[in-house]
Amino acid sequence: MSSALVATDLVGRGAREGGRLFREWYAGLTRAAENGDPAAYVFVMGSLAELVRSFDMPIVFPEINSLQTAVRKTADEYLSLAEDHGYSPDVCGYVKADYALQVRGGEHPMGRIPRPAIAILTNACNTYLKWGEIWERMYGTPVAAIDVPGNRGASPRPEWPSAADFERDRVYVEYQIRELIPRLEQVSGRPFDIDRLREVLDRTNRMGRAWRRLLEINRSSPAVFDAMLEGTIYLGVANALRGTAEAADYFEDLVEEMEYKAAHGIGALVDGEERHRLIFVGVPCYPIFRRFYQLFSEWGGTFVSSTYTWFASGGLEDPFEYDLARPIESLSEGVLRGVTRAVNAMLFHDHALIEAIDTFGADGVVYHPVKSCRTVSTGLADSRRVVLEQRDVLCLYIESDMMDKRVVSEAQLKNRIDAFFEGLDSRKLRKGLSGGESAAAAGPLAGSSR
Amino acid sequence: MESAREHKALAAPSGQPLLDLPLDAPLDEVLGEIREIVEDPAYPTVRAWRERGGRVVGHFQVYFPEELAHAAGLLPVKLRGGQLERREADSHFGSAICSILRSVLELALNGDLRPDLMVTHPICDAARNLAGIWARNIDSPGQILYLPQNPESAFAARWLAQEYARVLRDIEAVAGRAVTDADLRRSIAVFNENRRLLRRVYAIRKEHPSLLPVHESWVLTALGGLIPREEHNALLNTLIPRILRRDAHPQDRMRVVFEGGFCEQPPLDLLRAIADFCYVVDDDLLIGLRWILDDVALDGPPLDRLAEAYLEQSSYSPVQHDARKPKERMLLDRIRNSGANAAIIAAAKMCEPGLDEQVAYAHALDEAGIPYFVTEFEERMTGFDHLQIQLETFVENILFT
Repeated sequence: MSSALVATDLVGRGAREGGRLFREWYAGLTRAAENGDPAAYVFVMGSLAELVRSFDMPIVFPEINSLQTAVRKTADEYLSLAEDHGYSPDVCGYVKADYALQVRGGEHPMGRIPRPAIAILTNACNTYLKWGEIWERMYGTPVAAIDVPGNRGASPRPEWPSAADFERDRVYVEYQIRELIPRLEQVSGRPFDIDRLREVLDRTNRMGRAWRRLLEINRSSPAVFDAMLEGTIYLGVANALRGTAEAADYFEDLVEEMEYKAAHGIGALVDGEERHRLIFVGVPCYPIFRRFYQLFSEWGGTFVSSTYTWFASGGLEDPFEYDLARPIESLSEGVLRGVTRAVNAMLFHDHALIEAIDTFGADGVVYHPVKSCRTVSTGLADSRRVVLEQRDVLCLYIESDMMDKRVVSEAQLKNRIDAFFEGLDSRKLRKGLSGGESAAAAGPLAGSSR
Repeated sequence: MESAREHKALAAPSGQPLLDLPLDAPLDEVLGEIREIVEDPAYPTVRAWRERGGRVVGHFQVYFPEELAHAAGLLPVKLRGGQLERREADSHFGSAICSILRSVLELALNGDLRPDLMVTHPICDAARNLAGIWARNIDSPGQILYLPQNPESAFAARWLAQEYARVLRDIEAVAGRAVTDADLRRSIAVFNENRRLLRRVYAIRKEHPSLLPVHESWVLTALGGLIPREEHNALLNTLIPRILRRDAHPQDRMRVVFEGGFCEQPPLDLLRAIADFCYVVDDDLLIGLRWILDDVALDGPPLDRLAEAYLEQSSYSPVQHDARKPKERMLLDRIRNSGANAAIIAAAKMCEPGLDEQVAYAHALDEAGIPYFVTEFEERMTGFDHLQIQLETFVENILFT
């Protein structure tokens, strides 16, 4: 096969296949809604999707449903309905969109969403807990709130002062998982099958290995995918299909595609050359998702990494694999480590960010706090101060929202983003004239895969 | 049992009370003095404690087992922000964040309230960020205490007791001494008495609301978060009989419950504005100081008993998930048990749990046919005329229909 044919088949395959898998997932949810199948509602941080999947229950991710209403330009209908029912403009837009979706009988731009027969949530985000209470009140849905105690020391490392501290938390998580199993048996009408769980965990192990390799490949120059744009598609598949053979295959294929692109110098930017390597911190601006991306790509900016891929994957970048010989114990360890890592990526990310600036050779960091999500957004202004003190990069701080177009001012965003790139351009020019790069940026890059 | 002298020594490093109140003065004057202390953004009692060589554990809202700090001879101080000028803290936060986080950080940055150990809890999405921000900006250590959000788990109490033991290790490090079970039991006894006295304060509000308006009750309660509990107990024991002898004639006012003060506190003048029209016969203001509803048992392992009390003998708030205690049902109970005719459903601005809960409360109150008034507040509010007009209209509507 000629290299041109390889490129035609391979390059862009991940985007095409990701879209197909996503549409099929929604088609499955629509069938489940029509059949009245009992569905489990879970969340991206600590989804326990492997356990649910071992009962062959349809899995609904309300966060993904909500963001899809924004991407598909229908969020305002949902938000307005929820606000008509008393919800404040100042609370999470994801919750409001889902509330309205329930009021509308599961109607969603991608299909129809089944009602929750059970909701499983962790304390990784307090809004998860408030969200679950809405279904408790609406339908009497049983809500399993799993405590996943994370970092205690007000800094990310070490997460646990001793092995005994870790084991104490792991046992608590394991106990709660064991309490959840009979509830899932009851709701699904199926007995728990530990071998089935092993099978599902094995697929997540495969997916996790590919996921970590995928993030690593993006250190190449030019970066092979945009961590905010394509990264969001990959996150969708990683969450919605976690524990399936399709997801494991998809990510292994994606690695193949990205390795090809890296080997052939094919970058993420289709119409231009990568000029600025950026790191994205926060949640994307879904109401103008494509345009938001373009505001950066037009200047040759590529998001080489994103904290979103860290926390919204439920900590999948953690080099942990389930031990299939002891599935439940290992699942509890995976949930504890994954959720802790995800929470750290939101609350204590400055160390990881500084590390990423070095390993990815980033020129700038874009902070995008959103009104809807205080978990992610509250500490960003403070984190930015620390990063600026420790690395010679430019940081952009822009506020908008992930759901509510009323607080997204595209013109203001553009002005700020343009000024940011003008600064980056002028900085590069100055460095070029002086014939050197800053120590912080140039040092680590010399030994990287760029 | 421990002697009174030993208790005194635990109360203040110098053995002297922190407060110097004119207890012989008229009650209004005493309460006025307490109000000044509670509202002073320089936290004078904490300063006095430290000047005497005492160390401080600051705990962010809502609940913290203060007995742990007390047993180590430290002063547990409730971090509840306040009405102060913020010069530095705002630049550390985004725009859609409540006031209390900003003011707590401001107090630490300006040095007015920088505890030797700060303990925070992931009570909400904004507050869970406080520990990270603290670690990046404040030299004194910060610690995160996880309180179970799965209280139905058969393992929750056991795990929470272990979690308390873990926090106690950090407290011991700050105190420079080990804490024994006997120390803990002595502290639990002191706090049991304090909780009993606060229940008496609230009973006065229900039974004789003209004797103690909500803003005065708040001042008395808040003071407990600023001074040794032995001293608070002694003061309440002195003042409660005087309150009961107060010359205040009952008036024909509506009895209401105020809900929404579990974390950020409304300005005291807002409470006073409400008290001009209503008898606030119960509330969730500073609920963390009153979280445990009965005495904590003194037998058995004290950390186990504290953990069980948190889960099984406790009040409710929008930041604790417990399917056994649906918050709207708990609110209806609070209204009925206090003989209230209506509710004020408040929320701090940008307080997501409070705002979420307003919806559930409103539905439940609609179904129960109980009138309610919905409002928002912010620490630094200064004008209450508009609120008073709205509230007056609300009250008149009910009285005349």
